[in-house]
Amino acid sequence: MITRSVGPNRRRNDMIWNMIAWVVLIMLALPAFWIIITAFRPNIEINTFPPVWIPRRLTLEAYANMFGLNPDVQQRVAVEAYLRNSLLASGISTIIAVSLGTLAGYAFARFRFRFHTTLFLGIMLSRAVPGVALSLPLFLLFNRVGLTNNVLGLALVYVAVNIPFTAWLMDGFFRQIPTELTESAYIDGCGHWSAFWRIELPLSLPGLATAAIFAFLAAWNEFQIVSVLARNNAAKTFPPGLFAFTEQFTVDWRGMAAMSVIMMVPAVIFVILVQRNLVSGLTFGAVKG
Amino acid sequence: MAADSNSPLGQGAATRPVEVSRIEAGFFPYSLILPAAILILLVVGFPLLYSLYVSFTPYELLKPNSLNFTTARALRNYQKLLNDDIFWRSLLNTIVFLAVTVNVSYVISMALSQLLSRVTVGQSVLRTLLMVPMMFAPILVGMQFRWFFNANVGLVNNFLISVGLIQEQGQIAWLVDVPLGMITIIIASIWMNIPVMTIILLAGTLSLPTETFEAAEVDGASGWQKFRFITFPLLAPFSYIALTIMSLDIARAFDIVRIMTDGGPARRTEMLWTYITRLAIEDTKFGLGSAMSWITVFLSVLFTLYFFRQLVKARIVR
Repeated sequence: MITRSVGPNRRRNDMIWNMIAWVVLIMLALPAFWIIITAFRPNIEINTFPPVWIPRRLTLEAYANMFGLNPDVQQRVAVEAYLRNSLLASGISTIIAVSLGTLAGYAFARFRFRFHTTLFLGIMLSRAVPGVALSLPLFLLFNRVGLTNNVLGLALVYVAVNIPFTAWLMDGFFRQIPTELTESAYIDGCGHWSAFWRIELPLSLPGLATAAIFAFLAAWNEFQIVSVLARNNAAKTFPPGLFAFTEQFTVDWRGMAAMSVIMMVPAVIFVILVQRNLVSGLTFGAVKG
Repeated sequence: MAADSNSPLGQGAATRPVEVSRIEAGFFPYSLILPAAILILLVVGFPLLYSLYVSFTPYELLKPNSLNFTTARALRNYQKLLNDDIFWRSLLNTIVFLAVTVNVSYVISMALSQLLSRVTVGQSVLRTLLMVPMMFAPILVGMQFRWFFNANVGLVNNFLISVGLIQEQGQIAWLVDVPLGMITIIIASIWMNIPVMTIILLAGTLSLPTETFEAAEVDGASGWQKFRFITFPLLAPFSYIALTIMSLDIARAFDIVRIMTDGGPARRTEMLWTYITRLAIEDTKFGLGSAMSWITVFLSVLFTLYFFRQLVKARIVR
């Protein structure tokens, strides 16, 4: 932080900066609060005009309808299927993507070898392929081998899509561990593999957690590929599931808001967990060369 | 360093040494990369090659026999696209969308990071507030803004009526009118991009050496001069990291467009991604859709490569 001499002018300026910052950031976060409040309001308050800005009553109706606890609602959204598929596809793909991405990131951070830059760039560029472009051939190929409408097929795609970013993050984290540590492990008789396994991997666990959360969220939020590969509830995840609330001319905004809140849970946990690691993970590795 | 001397990323890499010292280990590093590489080749590389092949055929999903390659008609799809007004319009829309979104997000995030670096009260609460948009999946961002900008029940119109800026009959058709449709989509994606960019730039700002600023202050530099001649140039590597991450993720904007306007009405907000979906998935013309996919892939890779080059340059100069 910049230390300043504190005069009356400075103090007034600081107060103004603080106030502007608070106002701007509250405005930035306001839309999200509106969604959360909407999920817990009675429908009549949402669709009325003039609008009711401050809720008079909170209710769990939307969730009762969603999970079939309300006998008056006949048709309902297959939220259990979405939840199961989202958890399976995101969970399985995260475990595999983080394992493979960590190995690759370690190789890039620690070792000198031919085609170092080429391989790194190749892996990174695979991430630049837009999901829409990838989804078309995957649909044709998966159709032949029976992987469309299949959670495992979806997980397979997410592994490949998540490896590049994981490798990049882990490359950054491993670079922060001094090379001397590895070299002294070699002198003590460790092989490459046991040096990695016993010394560097444990040191990079915070980074690993960050990478895992990123991978999980990327899969959890993915829409383009799943919307092409999953045509029915056997593999549909939350994002395409949101469209179940839209009909030709009407949209059940409260239902959507209620499901949105469920979808946000992993992300909220993520923000609480990695607030600190996030910054160092994204920047330090990339800047230190 | 030997490993980087044939770097394709810029001449700087060849002449200056990189800080990190790397170990020579024979085949071992390759064996670490191999599983990841195989998976990417299998799930990304091979399908892309296959779609290149499909793009040279007149393949339609409902006519299985149309998946045959003839040299004479190989480039037919690409010709069709180049003569297709909607293709050009969607390309133009995409370029406008990306240019405005990236630049405005960057400017806002830069301003916000400078603002946040001066905050003395409630820093951690403010940072949590800053991360709120990150909790939203892109599809949720689109859904939320589609609702806010809805002409009849939307928050924005309701608010404007409440404060008396528009009449109850004069509701603004945000998602329909030109250029409002495009503007609302851009607002939504800027909202989504701000947190990560601001966090990176803020981290950069806080890591800058304080002596430089003190010296500038002694010399009587104004706040703007300090930003223009010290903060901004020193933040270059951080700027490029932010822009690279954004360029890698830019296709997420598809989700927003898809749920907010789906390219409509009358293709006013049609973009490359929505047009591909329309051609291939809705009209089942996989050959044509694949041709367009390849044009998109080509453009995205160029875009990303450009930012990577800048990133590496900025990193070396430092």
